[in-house]
Amino acid sequence: MNNEYIISLIQQNKRIDERKLDDYREIKIEQNISKNAEGSARCKIGDTEVLVGVKMDVGEPYPDSPDEGTIIVTAELSPVASPLFELGPPGSQATELARIVDRGIRESKAIDFKKLCIKKGEKIWIIFIDIYPLNDDGNLIDASVLAALAALKNAKFPKLEDGKVNYGEFTNEKLKLEKLPINFTFVKIADKIILDPNSKEEAALDARLCVSVHEGNIHAMQKGGDASLNEEEIEKMIDIALRKEKEIRSLLK
Amino acid sequence: MSYDKRFSGRKFDEMRPIEAKIGVIKRADGSALFKIGETIAIAAVYGPRELHPRFLQNPETGILRCNYDMTSFSVPERKRPGPNRRSVEIGLVTEKALLPVIDLKQFPNAVIDVFIQIIQANSGTRCAGISAASLALANAGIPMKDLVSSVSVGKVGNKILIDLDKEEEDHEEATDIPIAITNRTKQITLLQLDGNINKKELLEALKLAKLGCEKIAKIQEKTLKDYYKNEHE
Repeated sequence: MNNEYIISLIQQNKRIDERKLDDYREIKIEQNISKNAEGSARCKIGDTEVLVGVKMDVGEPYPDSPDEGTIIVTAELSPVASPLFELGPPGSQATELARIVDRGIRESKAIDFKKLCIKKGEKIWIIFIDIYPLNDDGNLIDASVLAALAALKNAKFPKLEDGKVNYGEFTNEKLKLEKLPINFTFVKIADKIILDPNSKEEAALDARLCVSVHEGNIHAMQKGGDASLNEEEIEKMIDIALRKEKEIRSLLK
Repeated sequence: MSYDKRFSGRKFDEMRPIEAKIGVIKRADGSALFKIGETIAIAAVYGPRELHPRFLQNPETGILRCNYDMTSFSVPERKRPGPNRRSVEIGLVTEKALLPVIDLKQFPNAVIDVFIQIIQANSGTRCAGISAASLALANAGIPMKDLVSSVSVGKVGNKILIDLDKEEEDHEEATDIPIAITNRTKQITLLQLDGNINKKELLEALKLAKLGCEKIAKIQEKTLKDYYKNEHE
């Protein structure tokens, strides 16, 4: 598949999978996919598939926030998911993916970090959010965000005994999500804005923008790709995100 | 110490329920999922493809590379992402378990990459990974002389049994023996042992492994046949 074909289609407002420019592929979310995780979920967007597991541990708070817990987001781009992924320590793509997911959750205050405090200045909950793409057919970012939210939503605290976690035993206490910030990834190809690029479209992208929104507010953005965006284009992307956030959020029930 | 009844209530020669699927990862050239009890392994095959770095290329033959990895959340206590000594060794023995059935001479200078990911772990992950990898290689259309099936056998207390679960593996008198066997020729391609066992018991365990692997091979064959039958309908 060459990029010229993708570009020529998009110039005619068409896409290779016959979607409209601002359409998502079908999204499927499934919770509880791995028993040993405190929370877990799978998100499929078309053929893209991402697993996210949530693990929790007890740790010490940062000195500047003695009564706040924290989240640590990691993404492993295992070569299972794509012929382009290689073994080795996380590269820039994995790091960016993890940080975009982190920022969407952190900046929207989807998790109240104060509620993760066990003992001020001494003990807090650390929430690990680990992202594992299984199949990369484009837009890993949005799939990772949705899988992370779904996994957090069904996460249960493990049992705490003498200040230590007794793994394998869970309490009935759920991690509470205050908000469900939805991430929308757009790319610009041939001066057109398209939502939810597949892997063939990603290969042809000029610029990319991620917009994380919650009920009319924007909590995080990230521009990617080599080309620039103008104000009008950014506004258009934000409008689409705000128009669609409710519909996507409803998939998380 | 006697172990008269299994924690799970299974018979001593009874494996946990098995499920197999192929074609689960679209981007891969071949892929499979193999589930035994609560253990879930996914295998993806990429290749034959050009081998990098180039100096590893061999004009006489292709090579097989296997990588085993557990997701951080597959076990009760979070596993640090990335490789460790255990996963590197398992990748190596997995490679050796599969090599005898693949003819790499047809693929000079190339590599066949097998990536195994454990999604959920309750013992027997390397065996599940090998059974999945064998299916994924077949799904990738790699010419194979035989199927490889794998299961762990062992001794808990004084009993020889098949397919140890985590509770049994953690028993203070447990011997764990992961085994892989080729279906047609009954060759053993993986054999590891941790514990304490005598010769008679080991032979008994091997017999049990053979029966278990035969059952697994039937499931693998059926999975392949059903998949390709449906594909042509």
